[in-house]
Amino acid sequence: MQVALFFIFATLAVAGAVNLLVQRAPINAALSLVAVMGALAVLYLLLGAEFIAFVQILVYAGAIMVLFVFVIMLLNAQPDEASHRSRVARIIGVPALVALLVEFAGFLATQFSDSPVRMGEYISSTEDLGMALFHQYLLPFEVTSVLFLVGLIGAVLLAARREDPPAAMPTAVSSSSAKTTPAELVIR
Amino acid sequence: MPNATFFLISLVKCGVVLFVLLTLVAYIQLAERKIVGRMQSRVGPTRVGPFGLLQPAADAIKFILKEDITPDSAHKFLYLLSPALSATLSMLAITVIPIGGGTVRLFGQNTPMQITDINVGLLFILGVTSLGVYGIVLAGWSSNSKYSLLGSLRGASQMVSYELALGLALIGPIILAGSLSLRHIVEAQQHYWFIVPQFLAFLIYLTAAFAETNRIPFDLPEAEGELGAGYHTEYSAMKFALFFLAEYINMITVSCVATLVFLGGWHGPVFGPALLRAILPLVWFVLKVCFFLFLYIWVRGTLPRFRYDQLMAFGWKVLVPLALGNILVTSLIVGLLA
Amino acid sequence: MIPLSYYLILSAILFCLGVAGFIIKTDVITVFISIELMLNGVNLSFVAFSHFLRDIGGNIFVFFVMVVAAAEAAVGLAIIIAVYRNRTTLNVDKMNLLKL
Repeated sequence: MQVALFFIFATLAVAGAVNLLVQRAPINAALSLVAVMGALAVLYLLLGAEFIAFVQILVYAGAIMVLFVFVIMLLNAQPDEASHRSRVARIIGVPALVALLVEFAGFLATQFSDSPVRMGEYISSTEDLGMALFHQYLLPFEVTSVLFLVGLIGAVLLAARREDPPAAMPTAVSSSSAKTTPAELVIR
Repeated sequence: MPNATFFLISLVKCGVVLFVLLTLVAYIQLAERKIVGRMQSRVGPTRVGPFGLLQPAADAIKFILKEDITPDSAHKFLYLLSPALSATLSMLAITVIPIGGGTVRLFGQNTPMQITDINVGLLFILGVTSLGVYGIVLAGWSSNSKYSLLGSLRGASQMVSYELALGLALIGPIILAGSLSLRHIVEAQQHYWFIVPQFLAFLIYLTAAFAETNRIPFDLPEAEGELGAGYHTEYSAMKFALFFLAEYINMITVSCVATLVFLGGWHGPVFGPALLRAILPLVWFVLKVCFFLFLYIWVRGTLPRFRYDQLMAFGWKVLVPLALGNILVTSLIVGLLA
Repeated sequence: MIPLSYYLILSAILFCLGVAGFIIKTDVITVFISIELMLNGVNLSFVAFSHFLRDIGGNIFVFFVMVVAAAEAAVGLAIIIAVYRNRTTLNVDKMNLLKL
């Protein structure tokens, strides 16, 4: 059954990612990414990482992507128009990328094919995660929290209204405060 | 447990929960109209059935029979998706809520009194409620109307902001219980309810919960005085009913979480013969949840609406610092006592 | 039972699609979204390795990636709003002047 679950959600993730590429409107791209994140959360559950799976939903899908959608709505972002740059990318970049992917996949398939992963064999409990985070990784944790504080202040400073506010952005101030949410959530 | 039995048990439990939930939603709404009516010296609905008890059924029929309108300029797919998203996500959160400590015997298996028992239940509820924002945001954006868009912009920033205070307020009890599982949190309250050591957290949670569910005094996303009906201005018939359903189910969810985390869940005096002993915990749980639901209605009948800037300032400058301070003090005390 | 390589290949596919999005898209928000997709692809392989090696470190890494992604999203979107205010465009190709 877990093989079936893996394939269902892996397909969903890839479909979401492809849809992200195909769609022209930013809002559709953002929502496809939310679908990818949901599918990945299920895969994390299959890998026994409960805490990470739900934090993925809570922080990534529920906060970071809401922020993206919020900004898309705020700026009323229109479907993007093709330009010379994207044509060059299509001719050279995409084939190169496919080659890279094939190489990756070939390497991975030969290297790790005999290493099965079974659901429920190893469940990384929240307690272990906390222990590791606050003992072994205490310094990186603190450094990241400083990084966060800087990011928070920077975001507010950048998005805050200057002397003559453009009429198009009535909620600019509230958006800057909404921005800090994922940050705070992860730190605490 | 064989797969077939597992599916069968889950199906039965889902069916029961869904039935209870929908009935509850229908009658909370009736109770709300009755109680608010009394508070305003009216009597509320009385015509349909005895004491107006069949009013929910009449409302349901009305919702089904109304014309289903989709605005021409709407983004069709998202317009359709968002009410469904709202209703589904709100129901999803209920799945991890335990309603009793014991087990039930179904198809020869002992199964806990909740649809599924996961180790990170509280985190699951927070995650799913945080996704609920999408329903509101997409509804407002896809209807392509000024009022809807303003309502959903408000809703997005309000819900994202207050979710932070909500999550932070829950951390105090989590530290005391040492677990994210709702069952363990309730079991940790055997001797005293967490509302006693965590009274501040309880108040913060309650305030943030009102904002999360877009209820008065924080119902800015649907403030009818200024925005028409906010994000669901353009919705009619069953699509509107789904938003309505989602709002009331969210109320039930946050009331259940408040009961489980702060009011000791199903704990309460248990006495009498065996049958009464089995039923009483369930009764306590339901009574506590009903208390919170009554509180919602009471506040609705009493308080005026916040102004938008007051709302954001209150969330970020009062609730969040208080919740952080609460975490600091709680963890210090727990650390010193350990 | 699923071979570890399946997870890793899925991770590689997501990462490459993210790179493709980064190259093809001209809209700055979608470019940003593609970066998030790349981060998500990498996260999957971290979690898969964490499970395979029975080591919690992989999960911790994902945790940090999420923290950095959140900070990045906050600052990045603030920059996008600031740029939009000055240029009223979201097309990366049109943001080619240091000074107006």
